[in-house]
Amino acid sequence: MSRLGPVLEGLRAAGRKALIPYVTAGDPEPGATVPMLHALVEAGADVIELGVPFSDPMADGPVIQAACERALAHGTRLHDVLDMVRQFRERDTETPVVLMGYLNPVEVMGYERFARAAAAAGVDGVLTVDMPPEEAHGLVRALRAAQIDPIFLVAPTSDRQRIEAIASVASGFLYYVSLKGVTGADALDVDAVARKLREVRAVTDLPLGVGFGVSDAARAAAVARVADAVVVGSALVRRIAEHTTDPQAGRAAVATLLAQMRRAMDAPEAAAS
Amino acid sequence: MQSDEPLTAMPDDRGHFGPYGGRFVAETLMEPILELTEAWQRYREDPEFLAELEADLRDYVGRPTPLYHAERWSRELGGAQIYLKREDLNHTGAHKVNNTVGQALLARRMGKRRIIAETGAGQHGVATATVAARMGLECVVYMGAEDIQRQAPNVYRMRLLGAEVVPVTSGSRTLKDALNEAMRDWVTNVDDTFYIIGTVAGPHPYPAMVRDFQAVIGREVREQILARAGRLPDALVACVGGGSNAMGLFYPFLEDRDVHLIGVEAAGLGLETGKHSAPLCAGSPGVLHGNRTYLMEDADGQIIETHSISAGLDYPGVGPEHAWLKDVGRAEYVAVTDEEALEGFHALTRTEGIIPALESSHALAHAQRLAPQMDRDAILVVNLSGRGDKDLNTVARIDGITL
Repeated sequence: MSRLGPVLEGLRAAGRKALIPYVTAGDPEPGATVPMLHALVEAGADVIELGVPFSDPMADGPVIQAACERALAHGTRLHDVLDMVRQFRERDTETPVVLMGYLNPVEVMGYERFARAAAAAGVDGVLTVDMPPEEAHGLVRALRAAQIDPIFLVAPTSDRQRIEAIASVASGFLYYVSLKGVTGADALDVDAVARKLREVRAVTDLPLGVGFGVSDAARAAAVARVADAVVVGSALVRRIAEHTTDPQAGRAAVATLLAQMRRAMDAPEAAAS
Repeated sequence: MQSDEPLTAMPDDRGHFGPYGGRFVAETLMEPILELTEAWQRYREDPEFLAELEADLRDYVGRPTPLYHAERWSRELGGAQIYLKREDLNHTGAHKVNNTVGQALLARRMGKRRIIAETGAGQHGVATATVAARMGLECVVYMGAEDIQRQAPNVYRMRLLGAEVVPVTSGSRTLKDALNEAMRDWVTNVDDTFYIIGTVAGPHPYPAMVRDFQAVIGREVREQILARAGRLPDALVACVGGGSNAMGLFYPFLEDRDVHLIGVEAAGLGLETGKHSAPLCAGSPGVLHGNRTYLMEDADGQIIETHSISAGLDYPGVGPEHAWLKDVGRAEYVAVTDEEALEGFHALTRTEGIIPALESSHALAHAQRLAPQMDRDAILVVNLSGRGDKDLNTVARIDGITL
């Protein structure tokens, strides 16, 4: 049973916003990932987004591309990523984990085999960025059978009809891509995000997460005012990249930034408006 | 093989060729892709658009290209009569321009001011920069840093034509990475940018649209061979990287089940070495660059590096329509090594006085194997998809000569 629904509903009932950090599994090396996931939770993560490395990450900017390359250089494969989730679950049975990646590794493993293995490892949601709802039928069915939430993107270019189609296949939350661009871009316009989220809310009651371009605590707080969840990826991965030879220092740098974001999101002025 | 629907009716309205094709892109690109699909569907039947396209193909590209009977080479091989479709005589030296002329006309009608493209050997980049110059459109071409080193003359050509050539340093720094980077540009600049994909791959409508623009090759061949020989050919042979010249040649013959269709992939150093670019012969199905098709991938679904002497075939995927034609058995796919391709290159140059591109040399090499097994009155058409000027440095280097 996915932990996403209960956790996000609990936060909503408490008037709090979810903080969802992203790291790429196996970056900078496989042994660093499980300790990093625990550090993220300690620093204030409500949900974890774990990137599955792929050789051709078309929707990602240079920071996450480089993270994928580091992880693949160490041979991090999809079953290794599932193994990391399983190890994380030995100590943390509460925090939902969403896998984010591209379709091909899942396609090659096979939808049903993947869904069963992911559920057994303790995965709660799966987002394959290059799979729009039109092509999602088979994977969605396999994920649902395994009680995993299929997470989908909504973009600034999605019209009402598309938003309805996406909302009808998605569960857990909707991931709103804050800008036209790739991950880590620097073009976040919070007012434009707020306008589009009103359009999305007219269509669905699913919690709305916002990601792409949330690079610091101030932006995290600004996004938290209009969304249910804030996803932050490239800003954290950049810290990992700065400490590839010293994962412990990387972990500390990531935790520091995430804790700053948490405080800014929870500050009274953020919650009040 | 039996099926109820004509083969030419593919793809379906979401771009599927059986299990292949489709639209596998991040949500942000769905709206521009649907907009493009709508425009293409409207203009592909618009008489004014088609008249303009035809005039450009005639007056600017130089079509129709000849169908040349390579009598001396045929005699030497001692079998089938080989005819060469002379796409090498097109403006810019290859079949690529058939497609860029068409997509540029579409871009203008859609009100897009900025053109982007990916390129490997630089042929598609040059063909795109050429039409962008002619139409006064801004043009950015993404090219792997490795390929920029290998293909300096084409880089300079693109710059002369006014294009910005952006080196791509991610991944394997070759064509697939250039395609990733072009997709990233498109997702960032969706409002004013038209992405001209150079082959029959990518999200729907590209595979079908590029095929339609390239199908002029097969239509002309059909007319020319009927006029010349009074019958259809026995076999068509074309090289397959992404597969646009082959698809353009094959498509108008799909319903002529007696015409044998043969696509030739790059076996590189040999299929058994793993250093090749032959996903149809030695790969497996997967999803990359917006479509489901045969790929060069490892057991974890990661895309693996390819090798071919010809940069234009050095790509880990292939158009989804080829994947489907392979599975249903309508086309046959074989592979030719670097060494065999070089033999084809030299054979045509010496016997017919035509220097072919290394890509096309793969098709020629297979024709060289096939023709002697066929009757003397059999007809074999080879698509001579491009000319070899761009490859002189590569061939000279192999011969130990520095130009």
